[in-house]
Amino acid sequence: MSRLAVPKTYKLYVGGKFIRSESGRVYEVATTKGSFSVSSVNAAKASRKDARDAVVAARAAVSGWSGTTGYNRGQVLYRIAEILDGRRAQFAEEIAAFEGVSASAAQAQVDEAIDLWVWYAGWADKYVQVAGNGNAVSGPFFNLSVPEPTGVVAVIAPQSAGVPGSLLGFVRAVAPVLVSGNTVVVIPSEKAPLAALSLGEVFATSDVPAGVVNVLSGSPAEIAPWLAAHADVNALDLLGAGELEWVDLQIAAADTLKRVLPPEPGPDAGAPSLERITFFTETKTVWHTKGLL
Amino acid sequence: MTFLDYAPAPESAAILNLRDEYGLFINGEFVPGNGESFTTISPATEKHIATVSCASEQDVDAAVVAARRAYDKTWSRMSGADRGKYLFRIARLVQERARELAVAESLDNGKPIKESRDVDIPLVAAWFFYYAGWADKLEYAGLGPNPRSLGVAAQVIPWNFPLLMLAWKIAPALAAGNTVVLKPAETTPLTALLFAEILQQADLPAGVVNIVTGAGATGSALVNHPDVNKVAFTGSTAVGRQIARSTAGTSKKLTLELGGKGANIVFDDAPIDQAVEGIVNGIFFNQGQVCCAGSRLLVQESIHDDVVERLKARLSTLRVGDPLDKNTDVGAINSASQLGRMRELSDIGEQEGAERWSPACNLPSEGFWFPPTIFTNVSTSSRIARDEIFGPVLSVLTFRTPAEAIAKANNTPYGLSAGIWTDKGSRILAVADKLRAGVVWANTFNKFDPASPFGGYKESGYGREGGKQGLHAYLAPSAFAGSSAFKGDAR
Repeated sequence: MSRLAVPKTYKLYVGGKFIRSESGRVYEVATTKGSFSVSSVNAAKASRKDARDAVVAARAAVSGWSGTTGYNRGQVLYRIAEILDGRRAQFAEEIAAFEGVSASAAQAQVDEAIDLWVWYAGWADKYVQVAGNGNAVSGPFFNLSVPEPTGVVAVIAPQSAGVPGSLLGFVRAVAPVLVSGNTVVVIPSEKAPLAALSLGEVFATSDVPAGVVNVLSGSPAEIAPWLAAHADVNALDLLGAGELEWVDLQIAAADTLKRVLPPEPGPDAGAPSLERITFFTETKTVWHTKGLL
Repeated sequence: MTFLDYAPAPESAAILNLRDEYGLFINGEFVPGNGESFTTISPATEKHIATVSCASEQDVDAAVVAARRAYDKTWSRMSGADRGKYLFRIARLVQERARELAVAESLDNGKPIKESRDVDIPLVAAWFFYYAGWADKLEYAGLGPNPRSLGVAAQVIPWNFPLLMLAWKIAPALAAGNTVVLKPAETTPLTALLFAEILQQADLPAGVVNIVTGAGATGSALVNHPDVNKVAFTGSTAVGRQIARSTAGTSKKLTLELGGKGANIVFDDAPIDQAVEGIVNGIFFNQGQVCCAGSRLLVQESIHDDVVERLKARLSTLRVGDPLDKNTDVGAINSASQLGRMRELSDIGEQEGAERWSPACNLPSEGFWFPPTIFTNVSTSSRIARDEIFGPVLSVLTFRTPAEAIAKANNTPYGLSAGIWTDKGSRILAVADKLRAGVVWANTFNKFDPASPFGGYKESGYGREGGKQGLHAYLAPSAFAGSSAFKGDAR
């Protein structure tokens, strides 16, 4: 006789805690194929209040996370890859069952996601050297330009199943934002949120400080407008917002002059790039007077 | 005459050879506009300088068509080396006609001739010289091999540094291989039109730069034109928001350089006399009509009284008056509407309980004038500590600890500039790290250089002008699909 499974409750990940939506709402996410312990689960459905709470948590985490050294941030991001690597089977199973892809495609997606954390981890102590510079100005000044994190970034992760898929799409969107020291509020794939919610468990056990990544499952159409208009959000990544009224989101973001990245379609959406890191940074230029000898 | 009185030493306006009327500069020629012509006046005397055409929507379209044609047929096909040579030529012509441009700028804008002569125009030449050299070296700009130009750039600039802002916009755009339609500010079109003559002298191919004069409607028609690939705007945060809204959903690349409420932080170990000069330069340079002005003085409590006393003594020696007089320190306010805003906000400052002080000075009866003004006893919630006044008005606040100074400096939706005055190098570095501002001046203020990126955090806008970062505003990586998508390094 087979053992009776103990299914997991899929909750939001906000401020380092796994919480139900304050609204009490859930929505049913059903398996599409393959074997999973249950045929459907109830994912928490985030509300406007949850989104605002997540921004508060993300803001509170900015000074700590952006204040760490690049070397330290790189190690934390690398540890995400380590922990995820140890849970490859669980993620592949979730992806196969809820995205309806083959077991091998699901495994490939997980592996690529792990490798992508490694790739971005290596940028944390280098992007400043590549994107910053000393400036030879015409006068007795030492002048240096360095990129710094922009602050709190709201992200709509890729929504469609398949390629890049719910986990890889999430990592392509979130990892580059974290590299420089930003904190994020992410809306994962609405149809297949489970890999992202399970990834919260990886963050929680990878030395990622509480509030640095906040995951809000639910309806992007419902929550995104509140994040786009929120005055304490500095930037908006619409990567996975192609199916939404994303122009309205960009217009809402203009009120506080947020930096906005538009949606990207297709399998290359959010392809790894240095530009995805530097877009969410600000160049600060400091002039230091040189004394007379 | 006391020892501080100076005999008038006016720069002669005879060097100018102005026309009575100026048309729009489209496709290499001056053409009459279809809008209602307007006059540009000297803000120091309110006297008429010239009549200027106003570009209608149809004129803006003609300018964009000319820029598109020049982009497709000429400029995008030209070698970087040749584009650079044109920019070097322009730089030299600006240097040769520098005095004439300085006089025209002071006449039209109201700024002191010593600033237009020693700051604005030399920087204009430097900007063209700097970006000229980039034109054939774009693969070193940090965007990978063969970065691409964007197409037609729509550029709208303010009135506070008319020709310098033109240079900040046009030089990198052309170096990167774009063509340009630029709208100068309504109240200061003169030097842009003289610059058009320089372009004719330089034999720049027709349509590569087009200049359309007019007011807000002209600017709106320009940035909303469907055949524009790039929008660059310098001006108020309110207009910047409108442009961000109207370009949302389009593939136009947008950079915005908007308002500011810069904090100038003076620690108790600062060299006080130098700091006082820096404070004066920070807020009274160009009559305070500077987006990166140090309009909030944050002074450590223990030296507050000393600093304010020395500041008052220094302000009493500033000479306010004729912009063309070589001795003038503070010139005229650019327009009646700006003057109205300064008066209104200063009155509010008094009503909110701050103490207002200005040196005794005789302001001319004609023209637009506002005396250098400082407010002490200002609370952080006061309008004069929060709103950009864009005039010669300094709000003085105090702090006790570095942490408090940083918190107060960052307590604004803006994030353009900041200053730090202290003799302690490690403190400069630590405080500069924490300030949320795009440009930080340590023991100096209001320094500009074409090699040095300039631009804001938060609601002061996005994008940088100057340096290789300034080129990025007008380039895309070679794999760029042409609209919005980033295509990163293949792993």
